[in-house]
Amino acid sequence: MSGEVEASTEEQQEIQDTVVSPEKTEEAKLKARYPHLGTKPGGSDLLRKRLQKGQKYFDSGDYNMAKAKMKNKQLPTAAAEKTEITGDHIPTPQDLPQRKQSLVASKLAV
Amino acid sequence: MSAGGGGNDVQWCFSQVKGAIDDDVAEADIISTVEFNHSGELLATGDKGGRVVIFQQETENKSQPQCRSEYNVYSTFQSHEPEFDYLKSLEIEEKINKIRWLPQKNAAQFLLSTNDKTIKLWKISERDKRPEGYNLKEEDGRYRDAATITTLRVPVFRPMDLMVEASPRRVFVNGHTYHINSISVNSDNETYLSADDLRINLWHLEITDRSFNVVDIKPANMEELTEVITAAEFHPHQCNTFVYSSSKGTIRLCDMRASALCDKHSKLFEEPEDPSNRSFFSEIISSISDVKFSHNGRYMMTRDYLSVKIWDLNMENRPVETYQVHEYLRSKLCSLYENDCIFDKFECCWNGNDSVVMTGSYNNFFRMLDRSQRRDVTLEASRESCKARQVLKPRRVCAGGKRKKDEISVDSLDFNKKILHTAWHPQENIIAVATTNNLYIFQEKVN
Repeated sequence: MSGEVEASTEEQQEIQDTVVSPEKTEEAKLKARYPHLGTKPGGSDLLRKRLQKGQKYFDSGDYNMAKAKMKNKQLPTAAAEKTEITGDHIPTPQDLPQRKQSLVASKLAV
Repeated sequence: MSAGGGGNDVQWCFSQVKGAIDDDVAEADIISTVEFNHSGELLATGDKGGRVVIFQQETENKSQPQCRSEYNVYSTFQSHEPEFDYLKSLEIEEKINKIRWLPQKNAAQFLLSTNDKTIKLWKISERDKRPEGYNLKEEDGRYRDAATITTLRVPVFRPMDLMVEASPRRVFVNGHTYHINSISVNSDNETYLSADDLRINLWHLEITDRSFNVVDIKPANMEELTEVITAAEFHPHQCNTFVYSSSKGTIRLCDMRASALCDKHSKLFEEPEDPSNRSFFSEIISSISDVKFSHNGRYMMTRDYLSVKIWDLNMENRPVETYQVHEYLRSKLCSLYENDCIFDKFECCWNGNDSVVMTGSYNNFFRMLDRSQRRDVTLEASRESCKARQVLKPRRVCAGGKRKKDEISVDSLDFNKKILHTAWHPQENIIAVATTNNLYIFQEKVN
Protein backbone atom coordinates (compact mmCIF):
# COMPACT_ATOMS: atom_id res chain seq x y z
CA MET A 1 0.00 0.00 0.00
CA SER A 2 1.45 3.41 -0.90
CA GLY A 3 1.87 5.80 1.96
CA GLU A 4 0.31 8.83 0.27
CA VAL A 5 -2.83 9.10 2.36
CA GLU A 6 -2.79 8.82 6.08
CA ALA A 7 -6.03 7.12 7.00
CA SER A 8 -7.73 8.18 10.17
CA THR A 9 -7.46 5.80 13.09
CA GLU A 10 -11.08 4.66 12.67
CA GLU A 11 -10.57 3.75 9.05
CA GLN A 12 -7.38 1.96 9.96
CA GLN A 13 -9.23 -0.02 12.60
CA GLU A 14 -11.91 -1.02 10.08
CA ILE A 15 -9.32 -2.21 7.62
CA GLN A 16 -7.66 -4.04 10.50
CA ASP A 17 -10.89 -5.78 11.41
CA THR A 18 -11.57 -7.27 8.01
CA VAL A 19 -7.95 -7.94 7.14
CA VAL A 20 -6.79 -9.31 10.48
CA SER A 21 -9.83 -11.40 11.30
CA PRO A 22 -10.92 -13.83 8.61
CA GLU A 23 -12.85 -15.55 11.35
CA LYS A 24 -15.08 -12.53 11.84
CA THR A 25 -15.71 -12.37 8.10
CA GLU A 26 -16.73 -16.01 8.17
CA GLU A 27 -18.95 -15.35 11.17
CA ALA A 28 -20.70 -12.57 9.29
CA LYS A 29 -21.24 -14.91 6.35
CA LEU A 30 -22.78 -17.53 8.62
CA LYS A 31 -25.06 -15.06 10.36
CA ALA A 32 -26.21 -13.81 6.98
CA ARG A 33 -27.24 -17.31 5.97
CA TYR A 34 -28.72 -18.32 9.28
CA PRO A 35 -30.09 -15.24 11.01
CA HIS A 36 -31.74 -17.31 13.74
CA LEU A 37 -28.48 -18.85 14.88
CA GLY A 38 -28.20 -18.55 18.65
CA THR A 39 -25.84 -16.07 20.22
CA LYS A 40 -24.30 -18.77 22.40
CA PRO A 41 -22.47 -20.92 19.87
CA GLY A 42 -20.68 -23.58 21.89
CA GLY A 43 -23.53 -23.79 24.32
CA SER A 44 -26.06 -26.31 25.39
CA ASP A 45 -27.64 -27.09 22.04
CA LEU A 46 -24.46 -28.14 20.30
CA LEU A 47 -23.24 -30.08 23.31
CA ARG A 48 -26.49 -31.87 23.86
CA LYS A 49 -26.62 -32.84 20.20
CA ARG A 50 -23.15 -34.29 20.74
CA LEU A 51 -24.18 -36.20 23.83
CA GLN A 52 -27.03 -37.84 22.03
CA LYS A 53 -25.29 -39.06 18.94
CA GLY A 54 -26.69 -42.39 17.95
CA GLN A 55 -29.24 -43.86 15.68
CA LYS A 56 -32.67 -43.50 17.20
CA TYR A 57 -34.92 -46.34 16.26
CA PHE A 58 -38.61 -46.58 15.83
CA ASP A 59 -40.39 -47.67 18.98
CA SER A 60 -44.05 -48.36 18.47
CA GLY A 61 -44.82 -47.76 22.13
CA ASP A 62 -43.22 -44.30 22.12
CA TYR A 63 -44.83 -43.53 18.76
CA ASN A 64 -48.33 -44.37 19.83
CA MET A 65 -47.98 -42.55 23.11
CA ALA A 66 -46.77 -39.47 21.28
CA LYS A 67 -49.68 -39.66 18.85
CA ALA A 68 -52.04 -39.80 21.80
CA LYS A 69 -50.35 -36.81 23.40
CA MET A 70 -50.71 -34.82 20.21
CA LYS A 71 -54.45 -34.89 20.50
CA ASN A 72 -54.17 -32.87 23.68
CA LYS A 73 -51.12 -30.70 23.03
CA GLN A 74 -49.32 -29.39 19.94
CA LEU A 75 -45.90 -30.99 19.77
CA PRO A 76 -43.08 -29.04 18.07
CA THR A 77 -43.08 -30.02 14.40
CA ALA A 78 -39.40 -29.40 13.71
CA ALA A 79 -37.66 -32.77 13.70
CA ALA A 80 -34.29 -31.03 13.76
CA GLU A 81 -34.17 -30.12 17.42
CA LYS A 82 -33.63 -33.39 19.23
CA THR A 83 -33.51 -32.22 22.79
CA GLU A 84 -34.35 -35.40 24.66
CA ILE A 85 -33.07 -38.92 24.48
CA THR A 86 -36.51 -40.37 24.88
CA GLY A 87 -39.95 -38.85 24.73
CA ASP A 88 -40.16 -35.78 22.63
CA HIS A 89 -38.59 -36.86 19.38
CA ILE A 90 -40.28 -39.97 18.18
CA PRO A 91 -39.00 -41.33 14.89
CA THR A 92 -41.78 -41.99 12.49
CA PRO A 93 -41.86 -44.99 10.17
CA GLN A 94 -40.55 -42.64 7.46
CA ASP A 95 -37.41 -42.00 9.50
CA LEU A 96 -36.43 -45.66 9.65
CA PRO A 97 -32.76 -46.15 8.88
CA GLN A 98 -31.40 -48.50 6.25
CA ARG A 99 -30.68 -52.03 7.22
CA LYS A 100 -27.09 -52.62 8.23
CA GLN A 101 -24.77 -54.87 6.27
CA SER A 102 -24.02 -58.32 7.62
CA LEU A 103 -20.72 -58.85 9.38
CA VAL A 104 -17.87 -59.73 7.04
CA ALA A 105 -14.10 -59.74 7.35
CA SER A 106 -12.13 -56.50 7.15
CA LYS A 107 -10.60 -55.60 3.78
CA LEU A 108 -7.38 -54.62 5.56
CA ALA A 109 -6.84 -58.27 6.40
CA VAL A 110 -6.76 -59.46 2.83
CA MET B 1 17.43 -47.88 12.11
CA SER B 2 17.88 -44.51 13.78
CA ALA B 3 16.32 -43.87 17.13
CA GLY B 4 13.19 -42.20 15.84
CA GLY B 5 14.73 -38.76 15.51
CA GLY B 6 14.52 -36.04 12.89
CA GLY B 7 11.53 -34.96 10.90
CA ASN B 8 12.76 -33.01 7.98
CA ASP B 9 16.17 -34.42 7.35
CA VAL B 10 14.28 -37.67 7.19
CA GLN B 11 12.97 -38.57 3.79
CA TRP B 12 9.80 -40.59 3.97
CA CYS B 13 9.15 -43.41 1.52
CA PHE B 14 6.14 -45.43 0.73
CA SER B 15 6.34 -48.90 2.24
CA GLN B 16 2.92 -50.53 2.17
CA VAL B 17 -0.78 -49.83 1.81
CA LYS B 18 -3.58 -52.00 3.19
CA GLY B 19 -7.20 -52.00 2.18
CA ALA B 20 -9.38 -51.92 -0.91
CA ILE B 21 -8.64 -49.65 -3.85
CA ASP B 22 -12.18 -48.97 -4.94
CA ASP B 23 -13.70 -45.61 -4.14
CA ASP B 24 -16.99 -47.03 -3.01
CA VAL B 25 -16.28 -47.26 0.69
CA ALA B 26 -18.56 -49.35 2.86
CA GLU B 27 -19.17 -47.68 6.22
CA ALA B 28 -17.88 -50.66 8.11
CA ASP B 29 -14.47 -50.26 6.45
CA ILE B 30 -13.88 -46.77 7.78
CA ILE B 31 -10.79 -46.97 9.98
CA SER B 32 -11.45 -45.48 13.40
CA THR B 33 -8.23 -46.08 15.34
CA VAL B 34 -4.56 -47.02 14.76
CA GLU B 35 -2.07 -47.99 17.45
CA PHE B 36 1.42 -49.50 17.64
CA ASN B 37 2.19 -51.70 20.63
CA HIS B 38 5.03 -50.82 23.02
CA SER B 39 7.74 -52.52 21.00
CA GLY B 40 6.36 -51.44 17.64
CA GLU B 41 6.31 -55.02 16.45
CA LEU B 42 2.52 -55.04 16.29
CA LEU B 43 0.20 -52.50 14.70
CA ALA B 44 -3.52 -52.62 15.43
CA THR B 45 -6.39 -50.98 13.59
CA GLY B 46 -10.04 -50.74 14.53
CA ASP B 47 -12.88 -49.88 12.20
CA LYS B 48 -16.47 -48.74 12.17
CA GLY B 49 -17.62 -52.32 11.68
CA GLY B 50 -16.23 -53.27 15.10
CA ARG B 51 -13.34 -55.28 13.67
CA VAL B 52 -9.73 -55.26 14.78
CA VAL B 53 -6.87 -56.14 12.44
CA ILE B 54 -3.38 -56.65 13.87
CA PHE B 55 -0.28 -56.52 11.69
CA GLN B 56 3.09 -57.89 12.70
CA GLN B 57 6.45 -56.58 11.61
CA GLU B 58 8.47 -59.28 9.88
CA THR B 59 11.88 -59.79 11.45
CA GLU B 60 14.41 -57.84 9.46
CA ASN B 61 16.78 -59.67 7.23
CA LYS B 62 20.09 -58.42 8.60
CA SER B 63 22.07 -59.48 5.56
CA GLN B 64 19.84 -57.41 3.32
CA PRO B 65 19.41 -53.99 4.90
CA GLN B 66 17.60 -52.71 1.79
CA CYS B 67 14.88 -55.18 2.46
CA ARG B 68 12.56 -53.32 4.75
CA SER B 69 10.61 -55.07 7.38
CA GLU B 70 7.03 -55.31 6.32
CA TYR B 71 3.87 -55.46 8.34
CA ASN B 72 1.68 -58.43 7.54
CA VAL B 73 -1.64 -59.57 8.91
CA TYR B 74 -1.15 -61.36 12.21
CA SER B 75 -4.66 -61.61 13.58
CA THR B 76 -8.12 -60.25 12.89
CA PHE B 77 -11.29 -60.56 14.91
CA GLN B 78 -14.67 -59.04 15.55
CA SER B 79 -14.19 -57.05 18.72
CA HIS B 80 -17.58 -55.41 19.14
CA GLU B 81 -20.97 -56.01 17.61
CA PRO B 82 -23.87 -53.62 17.24
CA GLU B 83 -26.09 -53.60 20.30
CA PHE B 84 -29.39 -52.08 21.15
CA ASP B 85 -30.35 -50.07 24.19
CA TYR B 86 -33.98 -51.07 24.54
CA LEU B 87 -34.78 -48.49 27.17
CA LYS B 88 -33.76 -45.55 25.04
CA SER B 89 -34.48 -47.14 21.66
CA LEU B 90 -30.95 -46.26 20.64
CA GLU B 91 -28.48 -48.29 18.73
CA ILE B 92 -25.03 -48.73 20.25
CA GLU B 93 -22.51 -48.53 17.44
CA GLU B 94 -19.91 -51.25 17.16
CA LYS B 95 -17.33 -48.75 15.94
CA ILE B 96 -14.01 -49.15 17.76
CA ASN B 97 -13.22 -45.76 19.23
CA LYS B 98 -9.83 -46.61 20.71
CA ILE B 99 -7.35 -49.45 21.04
CA ARG B 100 -4.64 -49.40 23.68
CA TRP B 101 -2.01 -52.10 24.11
CA LEU B 102 -0.88 -53.41 27.47
CA PRO B 103 2.87 -53.77 27.95
CA GLN B 104 3.86 -57.34 27.27
CA LYS B 105 4.26 -59.50 30.37
CA ASN B 106 4.43 -63.00 28.92
CA ALA B 107 4.17 -64.78 25.59
CA ALA B 108 0.68 -63.45 24.91
CA GLN B 109 -0.26 -59.91 23.87
CA PHE B 110 -3.11 -58.00 25.42
CA LEU B 111 -5.04 -55.00 24.19
CA LEU B 112 -8.03 -52.99 25.30
CA SER B 113 -10.57 -52.04 22.68
CA THR B 114 -13.63 -49.92 23.24
CA ASN B 115 -16.76 -48.78 21.46
CA ASP B 116 -19.15 -46.14 22.84
CA LYS B 117 -20.20 -48.20 25.84
CA THR B 118 -18.16 -51.34 26.41
CA ILE B 119 -14.45 -51.95 26.92
CA LYS B 120 -12.95 -55.36 26.23
CA LEU B 121 -9.62 -56.86 27.13
CA TRP B 122 -8.42 -59.16 24.34
CA LYS B 123 -5.70 -61.78 24.63
CA ILE B 124 -3.83 -62.58 21.46
CA SER B 125 -1.80 -65.74 21.77
CA GLU B 126 0.12 -68.00 19.44
CA ARG B 127 -0.22 -71.66 19.15
CA ASP B 128 2.44 -73.52 17.24
CA LYS B 129 2.24 -77.00 18.76
CA ARG B 130 -0.58 -79.38 19.35
CA PRO B 131 -0.89 -82.56 21.37
CA GLU B 132 -1.05 -85.79 19.44
CA GLY B 133 -1.37 -89.40 20.43
CA TYR B 134 -4.42 -89.42 22.63
CA ASN B 135 -5.49 -92.76 23.97
CA LEU B 136 -9.24 -92.37 23.74
CA LYS B 137 -9.54 -90.28 20.57
CA GLU B 138 -8.45 -90.63 16.98
CA GLU B 139 -6.45 -87.81 15.39
CA ASP B 140 -9.59 -86.42 13.78
CA GLY B 141 -11.40 -86.28 17.10
CA ARG B 142 -13.63 -89.32 16.83
CA TYR B 143 -13.78 -91.45 19.93
CA ARG B 144 -12.15 -94.85 19.76
CA ASP B 145 -14.00 -97.96 20.70
CA ALA B 146 -12.78 -98.70 24.24
CA ALA B 147 -12.67 -102.41 23.50
CA THR B 148 -9.97 -101.87 20.87
CA ILE B 149 -7.60 -100.08 23.22
CA THR B 150 -4.89 -102.49 24.34
CA THR B 151 -1.93 -100.24 25.02
CA LEU B 152 -1.33 -96.95 26.80
CA ARG B 153 0.75 -94.14 25.36
CA VAL B 154 1.71 -90.66 26.47
CA PRO B 155 0.48 -87.89 24.16
CA VAL B 156 3.26 -85.62 22.87
CA PHE B 157 3.36 -82.08 21.46
CA ARG B 158 4.11 -81.87 17.79
CA PRO B 159 4.70 -78.69 15.83
CA MET B 160 1.85 -77.31 13.75
CA ASP B 161 1.31 -74.28 11.50
CA LEU B 162 1.23 -71.11 13.54
CA MET B 163 -2.24 -70.20 14.68
CA VAL B 164 -2.95 -66.85 16.27
CA GLU B 165 -5.98 -66.77 18.50
CA ALA B 166 -7.78 -63.79 19.94
CA SER B 167 -10.06 -64.29 22.89
CA PRO B 168 -11.94 -61.78 25.02
CA ARG B 169 -10.65 -62.14 28.59
CA ARG B 170 -12.60 -59.34 30.25
CA VAL B 171 -15.66 -57.35 29.29
CA PHE B 172 -16.15 -54.10 31.20
CA VAL B 173 -19.78 -53.11 30.85
CA ASN B 174 -22.20 -50.57 32.19
CA GLY B 175 -19.57 -48.08 33.24
CA HIS B 176 -20.73 -45.26 31.04
CA THR B 177 -23.97 -43.45 30.37
CA TYR B 178 -22.39 -41.25 27.70
CA HIS B 179 -20.08 -42.14 24.83
CA ILE B 180 -16.58 -43.35 25.63
CA ASN B 181 -13.96 -41.26 23.84
CA SER B 182 -10.74 -42.44 25.52
CA ILE B 183 -9.08 -45.29 27.34
CA SER B 184 -5.62 -45.17 28.84
CA VAL B 185 -3.59 -47.88 30.57
CA ASN B 186 -1.86 -46.81 33.77
CA SER B 187 1.89 -47.23 34.20
CA ASP B 188 1.10 -49.42 37.21
CA ASN B 189 -0.08 -52.05 34.73
CA GLU B 190 -3.03 -52.88 36.93
CA THR B 191 -5.52 -50.14 36.25
CA TYR B 192 -6.79 -48.10 33.35
CA LEU B 193 -9.12 -45.17 32.86
CA SER B 194 -12.04 -44.71 30.49
CA ALA B 195 -13.55 -41.32 29.72
CA ASP B 196 -16.90 -40.36 28.26
CA ASP B 197 -18.33 -36.90 27.58
CA LEU B 198 -18.98 -36.16 31.23
CA ARG B 199 -17.23 -38.75 33.40
CA ILE B 200 -13.97 -40.57 33.86
CA ASN B 201 -13.81 -44.00 35.48
CA LEU B 202 -10.90 -45.94 36.90
CA TRP B 203 -10.95 -49.69 36.39
CA HIS B 204 -8.85 -52.57 37.58
CA LEU B 205 -7.91 -54.89 34.73
CA GLU B 206 -9.00 -57.92 36.75
CA ILE B 207 -12.35 -56.56 37.94
CA THR B 208 -15.21 -56.15 35.53
CA ASP B 209 -18.22 -55.65 37.72
CA ARG B 210 -17.30 -52.30 39.13
CA SER B 211 -15.29 -49.20 38.44
CA PHE B 212 -14.44 -46.12 40.41
CA ASN B 213 -15.62 -42.73 39.20
CA VAL B 214 -12.82 -40.16 39.44
CA VAL B 215 -14.17 -37.23 37.46
CA ASP B 216 -17.78 -36.15 37.07
CA ILE B 217 -18.55 -32.87 35.34
CA LYS B 218 -22.23 -33.47 34.81
CA PRO B 219 -24.14 -30.43 36.04
CA ALA B 220 -27.21 -30.95 38.24
CA ASN B 221 -29.23 -29.18 35.59
CA MET B 222 -28.33 -30.24 32.06
CA GLU B 223 -29.42 -26.84 30.79
CA GLU B 224 -26.27 -25.50 32.44
CA LEU B 225 -23.96 -27.79 30.47
CA THR B 226 -21.17 -25.73 28.97
CA GLU B 227 -18.37 -28.16 28.27
CA VAL B 228 -17.66 -31.85 27.77
CA ILE B 229 -14.63 -34.08 28.18
CA THR B 230 -12.99 -34.76 24.85
CA ALA B 231 -9.94 -36.92 25.71
CA ALA B 232 -8.06 -38.30 28.69
CA GLU B 233 -4.70 -39.98 29.28
CA PHE B 234 -2.59 -41.30 32.12
CA HIS B 235 0.89 -39.93 32.64
CA PRO B 236 3.46 -42.37 31.18
CA HIS B 237 5.41 -42.74 34.45
CA GLN B 238 3.43 -41.21 37.30
CA CYS B 239 0.66 -43.64 38.07
CA ASN B 240 -1.25 -41.07 40.13
CA THR B 241 -1.48 -38.45 37.37
CA PHE B 242 -3.80 -38.13 34.42
CA VAL B 243 -5.07 -35.31 32.22
CA TYR B 244 -8.33 -34.63 30.46
CA SER B 245 -9.16 -32.09 27.80
CA SER B 246 -12.40 -30.25 27.17
CA SER B 247 -14.50 -28.84 24.37
CA LYS B 248 -13.57 -25.37 25.58
CA GLY B 249 -9.86 -25.81 24.93
CA THR B 250 -8.72 -26.44 28.49
CA ILE B 251 -6.70 -29.31 29.93
CA ARG B 252 -6.94 -30.37 33.55
CA LEU B 253 -4.27 -32.38 35.28
CA CYS B 254 -5.49 -34.47 38.18
CA ASP B 255 -3.61 -36.15 40.98
CA MET B 256 -5.36 -39.19 42.41
CA ARG B 257 -3.37 -38.87 45.63
CA ALA B 258 -4.99 -35.53 46.36
CA SER B 259 -8.52 -36.84 46.68
CA ALA B 260 -10.67 -39.77 45.69
CA LEU B 261 -12.88 -37.70 43.43
CA CYS B 262 -10.78 -35.57 41.12
CA ASP B 263 -13.39 -32.97 40.25
CA LYS B 264 -10.96 -30.33 41.45
CA HIS B 265 -7.95 -30.26 39.22
CA SER B 266 -4.35 -29.96 40.37
CA LYS B 267 -3.44 -27.90 37.33
CA LEU B 268 -5.48 -26.12 34.69
CA PHE B 269 -3.83 -25.49 31.35
CA GLU B 270 -5.45 -22.74 29.35
CA GLU B 271 -4.15 -20.21 26.91
CA PRO B 272 -5.69 -16.80 27.48
CA GLU B 273 -7.80 -15.64 24.57
CA ASP B 274 -7.83 -12.18 23.12
CA PRO B 275 -11.49 -11.17 23.61
CA SER B 276 -11.42 -8.84 20.63
CA ASN B 277 -10.67 -11.83 18.39
CA ARG B 278 -13.58 -13.82 19.64
CA SER B 279 -16.08 -15.03 17.06
CA PHE B 280 -18.89 -17.52 16.77
CA PHE B 281 -16.33 -20.14 15.82
CA SER B 282 -13.79 -19.48 18.55
CA GLU B 283 -15.06 -22.01 21.03
CA ILE B 284 -15.75 -24.68 18.43
CA ILE B 285 -12.27 -24.53 16.95
CA SER B 286 -10.67 -24.40 20.37
CA SER B 287 -12.21 -27.74 21.30
CA ILE B 288 -9.37 -30.19 21.91
CA SER B 289 -9.76 -33.39 19.92
CA ASP B 290 -6.71 -35.22 21.28
CA VAL B 291 -4.21 -34.99 24.13
CA LYS B 292 -1.00 -37.03 24.30
CA PHE B 293 1.84 -37.01 26.80
CA SER B 294 5.37 -37.00 25.42
CA HIS B 295 7.32 -40.22 25.96
CA ASN B 296 9.55 -38.53 28.52
CA GLY B 297 6.51 -37.34 30.48
CA ARG B 298 7.57 -33.70 30.63
CA TYR B 299 5.27 -32.35 27.96
CA MET B 300 1.83 -32.92 26.55
CA MET B 301 0.48 -32.15 23.12
CA THR B 302 -3.05 -31.03 22.31
CA ARG B 303 -4.78 -30.89 18.95
CA ASP B 304 -7.54 -28.42 18.26
CA TYR B 305 -9.13 -27.76 14.90
CA LEU B 306 -6.44 -25.58 13.41
CA SER B 307 -3.35 -26.12 15.53
CA VAL B 308 -1.14 -28.37 17.60
CA LYS B 309 0.14 -27.07 20.94
CA ILE B 310 2.93 -28.37 23.10
CA TRP B 311 2.56 -27.70 26.82
CA ASP B 312 5.21 -27.91 29.51
CA LEU B 313 3.58 -29.60 32.49
CA ASN B 314 5.16 -26.98 34.70
CA MET B 315 3.55 -24.06 32.90
CA GLU B 316 -0.19 -23.70 32.93
CA ASN B 317 -0.80 -20.30 31.47
CA ARG B 318 0.25 -20.93 27.88
CA PRO B 319 1.72 -23.59 25.61
CA VAL B 320 5.47 -23.54 24.98
CA GLU B 321 5.01 -24.21 21.28
CA THR B 322 2.14 -23.70 18.84
CA TYR B 323 2.09 -25.07 15.30
CA GLN B 324 -0.46 -24.20 12.63
CA VAL B 325 -1.73 -27.30 10.92
CA HIS B 326 -3.84 -25.72 8.20
CA GLU B 327 -4.27 -22.04 8.93
CA TYR B 328 -5.69 -21.51 5.43
CA LEU B 329 -8.93 -23.05 6.70
CA ARG B 330 -9.60 -20.08 8.96
CA SER B 331 -11.17 -18.22 6.05
CA LYS B 332 -13.34 -21.24 5.24
CA LEU B 333 -14.91 -21.75 8.65
CA CYS B 334 -18.39 -20.86 7.47
CA SER B 335 -18.55 -23.70 4.93
CA LEU B 336 -16.69 -26.05 7.26
CA TYR B 337 -19.39 -25.41 9.85
CA GLU B 338 -22.13 -26.06 7.32
CA ASN B 339 -20.68 -29.37 6.18
CA ASP B 340 -19.84 -30.35 9.78
CA CYS B 341 -16.13 -30.69 9.04
CA ILE B 342 -15.44 -28.17 11.79
CA PHE B 343 -16.34 -30.97 14.24
CA ASP B 344 -13.82 -33.46 12.84
CA LYS B 345 -11.63 -34.93 15.55
CA PHE B 346 -8.03 -35.13 14.49
CA GLU B 347 -5.53 -37.07 16.55
CA CYS B 348 -1.83 -36.38 16.96
CA CYS B 349 1.25 -38.36 17.94
CA TRP B 350 4.88 -38.03 19.05
CA ASN B 351 7.88 -39.76 17.55
CA GLY B 352 10.02 -41.99 19.74
CA ASN B 353 12.34 -39.32 21.10
CA ASP B 354 9.71 -36.52 21.24
CA SER B 355 11.49 -34.38 18.67
CA VAL B 356 8.80 -34.52 15.96
CA VAL B 357 5.01 -34.59 16.14
CA MET B 358 2.54 -35.61 13.47
CA THR B 359 -1.10 -34.93 12.78
CA GLY B 360 -3.54 -35.32 9.90
CA SER B 361 -5.43 -32.87 7.74
CA TYR B 362 -7.73 -32.91 4.70
CA ASN B 363 -7.12 -34.06 1.14
CA ASN B 364 -5.25 -37.03 2.66
CA PHE B 365 -2.52 -34.65 3.74
CA PHE B 366 -0.66 -35.09 7.00
CA ARG B 367 1.76 -32.79 8.73
CA MET B 368 5.15 -33.48 10.32
CA LEU B 369 6.18 -30.76 12.76
CA ASP B 370 9.81 -30.85 13.77
CA ARG B 371 10.23 -29.29 17.20
CA SER B 372 14.00 -29.33 17.31
CA GLN B 373 14.55 -27.85 13.88
CA ARG B 374 11.47 -25.64 13.85
CA ARG B 375 10.45 -26.87 10.44
CA ASP B 376 7.35 -28.50 9.12
CA VAL B 377 6.33 -30.43 6.06
CA THR B 378 3.05 -31.51 4.49
CA LEU B 379 2.93 -34.97 2.95
CA GLU B 380 0.18 -36.89 1.20
CA ALA B 381 -1.05 -40.45 1.51
CA SER B 382 -2.30 -41.32 -1.92
CA ARG B 383 -2.39 -44.19 -4.33
CA GLU B 384 -0.38 -42.12 -6.79
CA SER B 385 2.76 -42.38 -4.70
CA CYS B 386 2.55 -46.11 -4.08
CA LYS B 387 5.69 -47.28 -5.79
CA ALA B 388 8.02 -49.21 -3.52
CA ARG B 389 10.51 -46.94 -1.77
CA GLN B 390 9.12 -43.90 -3.58
CA VAL B 391 10.06 -40.78 -1.66
CA LEU B 392 7.12 -38.60 -0.65
CA LYS B 393 7.17 -35.13 -2.13
CA PRO B 394 6.23 -32.21 0.12
CA ARG B 395 2.84 -30.64 -0.67
CA ARG B 396 1.91 -27.00 -0.56
CA VAL B 397 -1.49 -25.38 -0.25
CA CYS B 398 -2.11 -21.99 -1.77
CA ALA B 399 -4.28 -19.94 0.56
CA GLY B 400 -5.13 -17.22 -1.88
CA GLY B 401 -3.67 -15.13 -4.62
CA LYS B 402 -1.66 -16.61 -7.41
CA ARG B 403 -1.25 -20.36 -7.25
CA LYS B 404 2.25 -21.52 -7.95
CA LYS B 405 3.05 -24.67 -9.88
CA ASP B 406 2.75 -27.81 -7.67
CA GLU B 407 0.54 -25.98 -5.21
CA ILE B 408 -3.04 -26.93 -4.63
CA SER B 409 -5.62 -24.27 -3.93
CA VAL B 410 -7.73 -24.40 -0.77
CA ASP B 411 -10.90 -24.70 -2.81
CA SER B 412 -9.62 -27.84 -4.53
CA LEU B 413 -9.03 -29.69 -1.30
CA ASP B 414 -11.15 -32.77 -0.81
CA PHE B 415 -12.71 -32.46 2.64
CA ASN B 416 -14.01 -36.00 2.50
CA LYS B 417 -10.46 -37.31 2.47
CA LYS B 418 -9.54 -36.83 6.11
CA ILE B 419 -6.60 -38.26 7.95
CA LEU B 420 -7.84 -38.41 11.53
CA HIS B 421 -5.69 -41.26 12.85
CA THR B 422 -1.94 -41.61 12.67
CA ALA B 423 0.62 -43.55 14.70
CA TRP B 424 4.41 -43.48 15.03
CA HIS B 425 6.54 -46.52 15.82
CA PRO B 426 7.91 -46.09 19.36
CA GLN B 427 11.53 -46.54 18.31
CA GLU B 428 11.94 -46.38 14.57
CA ASN B 429 10.98 -43.95 11.85
CA ILE B 430 8.01 -45.97 10.69
CA ILE B 431 4.59 -44.31 10.60
CA ALA B 432 1.09 -45.63 10.04
CA VAL B 433 -1.36 -43.21 8.45
CA ALA B 434 -5.04 -44.05 8.06
CA THR B 435 -7.08 -42.52 5.27
CA THR B 436 -10.81 -43.24 5.21
CA ASN B 437 -10.46 -46.94 4.50
CA ASN B 438 -6.78 -47.53 3.76
CA LEU B 439 -3.78 -47.90 6.01
CA TYR B 440 -0.51 -46.50 4.67
CA ILE B 441 2.83 -47.42 6.14
CA PHE B 442 5.74 -45.10 5.42
CA GLN B 443 9.35 -45.62 6.41
CA GLU B 444 12.49 -43.57 6.54
CA LYS B 445 14.52 -43.76 3.35
CA VAL B 446 17.54 -45.98 3.88
CA ASN B 447 20.38 -45.50 1.43
